[in-house]
Amino acid sequence: MAEPTPSRLLRHPLSVVNIGLPQFAADLAASGVPVCHVDWRPPAGGDGELAAVLARLLGDAAIAAANREAVARMLAAEPVLIDVVPASAAIPALGEGKTILHAGPPIAWERMCGPMQGAIAGAIVLEGWAGDLAAAAELAAAGGVRLEPNHHFGAVGPMTGITTRSMPVLVVENRTFANRAYATLNEGLGRVMRFGGNDADVLKRLAWLRDVLAPALGKAVRAANGVPLKSMVARGLAMGDEMHQRNAACTSLFLREIAPWLARTSAAGVELAEVLAFIAANDQFFLNIAMAIGKAMTDPARNIARASIVTAMCRNGTDFGIRVSGTGDRWFTAPVEMPVGLYFPGFSADDANPDMGDSAIVESIGLGGFAMAAAPAVVGFVGAGSAAEAAVFTQRMREITASENPHWTIPALNFAGVATGIDVRLVVETGIAPTINTGIAHKKPGVGQVGAGVVRAPLACFSAAVAALDAEPEAT
Amino acid sequence: MRANVRNAVRRGLYLDSVALMRLSREIAALSGVEDAALMMATPANRAILAEAGLLDSDGQSAGANDLILAVRAQGAEAADAALAAASLLLERQPSTGNAAVPHSPRSLRSALGAQPGANLALISVPGDYAAAEARKALGCGLDVMIFSDNVPLAEEVALKREGKALGRLVLGPDCGTAIIGGTPLAFANRVPRGDIGLIGASGTGLQEVSCLIAAAGRGISHAIGVGSRDLGREVGALSTLAAIDLLDADPATARIVLISKPPHPEVVATVLARVGQSRKRFTMCFLGAVAMHLPRNASAAATLSAAAEDVLGAAIAPVTSPMPAARDGLILGLYAGGSLAAEAQLVLIAAGRPVASNAAVPGASALEAAAPRVDRIIDLGADEFTRGRPHPMIDPAVRSTKLRGALLDRGVAVILLDIVLGLGAHPDPAREVAAVLAGAPPDRPHLVASVTGTEADPQVRSRQIATLNAAGVLLAPSNARAAALAVDLARG
Repeated sequence: MAEPTPSRLLRHPLSVVNIGLPQFAADLAASGVPVCHVDWRPPAGGDGELAAVLARLLGDAAIAAANREAVARMLAAEPVLIDVVPASAAIPALGEGKTILHAGPPIAWERMCGPMQGAIAGAIVLEGWAGDLAAAAELAAAGGVRLEPNHHFGAVGPMTGITTRSMPVLVVENRTFANRAYATLNEGLGRVMRFGGNDADVLKRLAWLRDVLAPALGKAVRAANGVPLKSMVARGLAMGDEMHQRNAACTSLFLREIAPWLARTSAAGVELAEVLAFIAANDQFFLNIAMAIGKAMTDPARNIARASIVTAMCRNGTDFGIRVSGTGDRWFTAPVEMPVGLYFPGFSADDANPDMGDSAIVESIGLGGFAMAAAPAVVGFVGAGSAAEAAVFTQRMREITASENPHWTIPALNFAGVATGIDVRLVVETGIAPTINTGIAHKKPGVGQVGAGVVRAPLACFSAAVAALDAEPEAT
Repeated sequence: MRANVRNAVRRGLYLDSVALMRLSREIAALSGVEDAALMMATPANRAILAEAGLLDSDGQSAGANDLILAVRAQGAEAADAALAAASLLLERQPSTGNAAVPHSPRSLRSALGAQPGANLALISVPGDYAAAEARKALGCGLDVMIFSDNVPLAEEVALKREGKALGRLVLGPDCGTAIIGGTPLAFANRVPRGDIGLIGASGTGLQEVSCLIAAAGRGISHAIGVGSRDLGREVGALSTLAAIDLLDADPATARIVLISKPPHPEVVATVLARVGQSRKRFTMCFLGAVAMHLPRNASAAATLSAAAEDVLGAAIAPVTSPMPAARDGLILGLYAGGSLAAEAQLVLIAAGRPVASNAAVPGASALEAAAPRVDRIIDLGADEFTRGRPHPMIDPAVRSTKLRGALLDRGVAVILLDIVLGLGAHPDPAREVAAVLAGAPPDRPHLVASVTGTEADPQVRSRQIATLNAAGVLLAPSNARAAALAVDLARG
C-alpha cells in the first residue's frame, strides 16, 4: 500500500460526490460547491451476498491488472480482411459429418426458437443432407446433425448465425496476435436465412453467394493483399455508422476499396456488375465484417486469469450468453429478452421473436449500442427523441467499461473514444445492462426480419459471472 | 366497415427510414387506423407495402426517390384523417430542445470521471450499503462523510482503520452535521466563518454550539462530525483523533470544542492525552460525564451552552423579560434533537428535579421505569419513533401529535421544545408548532422553546422566533436556558 498522504479536506476547496439523498446535492450546489450527484441504486440489485462478493472483487488489484492486460490486447488489435473461403476450408470441423454452427451459446434442437429451427432446416437442404424442409427438420430433431455454437470455432454469425461447410466465410486476421475470425457473408435484407428464411429464393441466393460472390471477393481481397479494417471503422464512425444497425458508410468505404480489385480480378462483365450491385444494394453488407473484427479483437483477450472483461455476448433466440476473460470458455446464460423497437409495415411486437445472433460481439468492442451517439440516424430505435438522448446512452455504457478506444472516436461526443472492455463487476454494481442494437426476426420460421430495435443484456449473466470470478482460484 | 387503403406520394422527398418508421408507428396508433407506413418507394419497399395490404395505385406508380404515405383504416373518413395526420407529422419541425441531456452517473467511479477533482464523498444510502460505498471512496483517495445510520459497528471500525491507514477522514457513520470551510454538509446551519473549530459525535450538539457562536457574532473554522459511536470502546475515537490532528494543524483554527456523550473510560484517556499534546485550547463538552482530570490546555463544559460560553468567554444571557406565573405540574420535553434532549435532562437534574427519558443520561431514569410524577424528556428522533418514518426535524408530524395530547394534560406545567433550523430541516417548524397551539385551551401548559439556527438559514431564525412569539411560546436564547426557564415555571 502507498504511503498515506494526510487529508487535504480542510485545506482545499470542497468538491463533493453525493451518493444518496438528492437534497444534499441541491443544498451544496446552492452553496456554490461543485457537486456531482450519483443516481445510486443498491448494487447487485439489492442481493446482499452478491454485493459483498462484488465489493471484494471491486477492490481486487489482481483483477484490475488483469483487466488492463485484457483491454490492452483488445485495443492493440490490427484486424485485416485477408480472404473469403468456404467455411469448411477455414473451420475443419465443418468438413466432418453433418455439422451446423449456430449463433449464441450452446443449445439443443428442442429448445431452439422457430427461426433458428427454420434456418437449420434450410441449411440442411442447402447442403443436400435432406430433400426438403420437412425431412430436414426430422433429421435435426432425430439428432442427425451436430449442432455447435459459432463461437466454439472462432466464428460469428448474425441472427440465426447458421454456418455450414459450403457457405463462404470472411476471414479476418488480427495481425497483432496472428489469430483469425470468421463470419458468413451478409445475405441482404428481407427474407433471408439469418432471420429464419428457408424458401427457394433464400436458398438460391445462398447458392449465388457461394458460387459467384465469394470466389470473386476472395480473389479481389487476396490480390489487394488484405483490406485493413481498423481505420475503416474509425472513418465509418465519423460518417454516422455504429456498425450494428447502420453500416451504410462502412459498406460504401469497403466497396470503394475493393471495387478496383474486383475489376482487376474478375473476368466476366455481367458477373462483376452483379457483385458490385449486390454489395452496393445492401447497406448492412459490412455488418458481418464488423462482427468478424469483433471476434478477432476479443479472442486474444480470452483466458487471462482473474480478468473480469467480457469477451463475447451472443444470443440464440432462447438464451443470452456471455463469456468472461478470467473464466475461460464457460458460458453464463440467462433467458434472452425481447427487443424493443420499430416494426415494418404489417408487423407488430406480437410477431417478434426473442433476440438472436452473435452480432452483440460488436457491442463487446464498443460499437453498436455502445456507439449510439455516432449514429444519429438510428437513435429512433432506442426510443430516444433526440441525438442528445442517444449520447446519454453511449455515456451510460462508458460506466460499465474499463476503458475507451482512442482509435475509434465519436465526433458528437467531443471525439471521446468508444466505451471498450465491458467489466462484469461494473455491470452488476451499477445495474446498467449493456445495450445492444438488433434486428427483430419473426417468431415463425421462414418469415424473416420484421423490425429493428434495441435489447438489453440480462443482468443475470453478469451476476453469475461475478460469482464465478469470486470462486476462481487466485492467479499464481 | 370496409377497410380503406389510401396512399399519398411526395415526389423527391427523402427521409431516413428510421425516422419514417417512427412516424409510421405514430400514425398506426391513431383511432380507426389498422396499419400505416411511410416508406421510400423503392421496388423492395413497394413489395413490402403490397404484401402488408397498404399499396394503392398511387403508391404503385411512385419511384425510388419518392416517399409513400400509406394508411389502411376502417372507413374512408378515418383513412383520410390518418393521411392528413401523416402529412402534418411530416411537416412538423424536429424538436430543437434538450441539446444537452443531463447525465447523472450511476456509480462513484463514473462521478469521478465527470468531476475528477472531487475530494469528499457524502454518503446517505441505506446503512446496509453505506460501508461499501465508503470503502470505494476511500480507495479513490476521497475523504468520506457517512450520513447513513444502521451501519454495522464492525464495518465502522474497519472503515475508520482503513481511513487511518490511507490518511483519510471518515466522518460518521450517523454523522448528521458537518461544516467544512464554511460549507454546511447534510443537516447543518449557515454559520459565519471564524477561528473556532468543532468536533462532535452529535449532530444537534454541533448545530447548537455553532449557532450559539454565530449568535454571539463569532464564527467557526470547521465543524467535524465523527458519528455517534466514535468515542465508544470499539471504535476508540479513531475519527475524533484524526479530526483533532487536522484542526490542530489548521492555521484557521485557534481553539477547539469537543462535543460528545461521555466517552468510554478507556477512550477518554487516549483523547485527553492527544489534547494535552496540542498548543491550542480545548473545551471538552462530554454531556453527562463525571469530573475528569483534564490537561492544562483544556476546560470542561457541562452543557452545550456552557461550551459555547467557555469558548466565547462570555455568558449567554438568561431570560429576563417578564414571565407568567409558575404552574403546578411536571415538565414535558418533546425534542427533535438527541443532544438537545440530553442537555435538557442535565439542566433539570442539576436543578434537583427527577427526570425520565427514552434516551436517559446518567442520573435520569428510563421512561418505562419512571414514577408517574417526574419530568419527562422525550427524544423523538430515537429509533422507536423514526423506524419507517421521517425524522421529526424533517417532518414534525410525530411531535405535533404528542404536543396536541400534552396541551390537554392537566399534569403538565411546562412543555419544552427545540426548534432546529438549517439545511435539511423542515422549511417552517415554528408554523407547525403554532398551528397546533391555535387549537389549544386557554389554560394550556406554558410553552418554552429555543431556536437552533441562524439568520442565514433557509428558515431564518428571526422569522421562526416571531412566529413562535405570536403563538404565545416563551423563547430562550439557548436550549439550556430554555430548560432553566422551564424549571422556573414549573412548581411541583
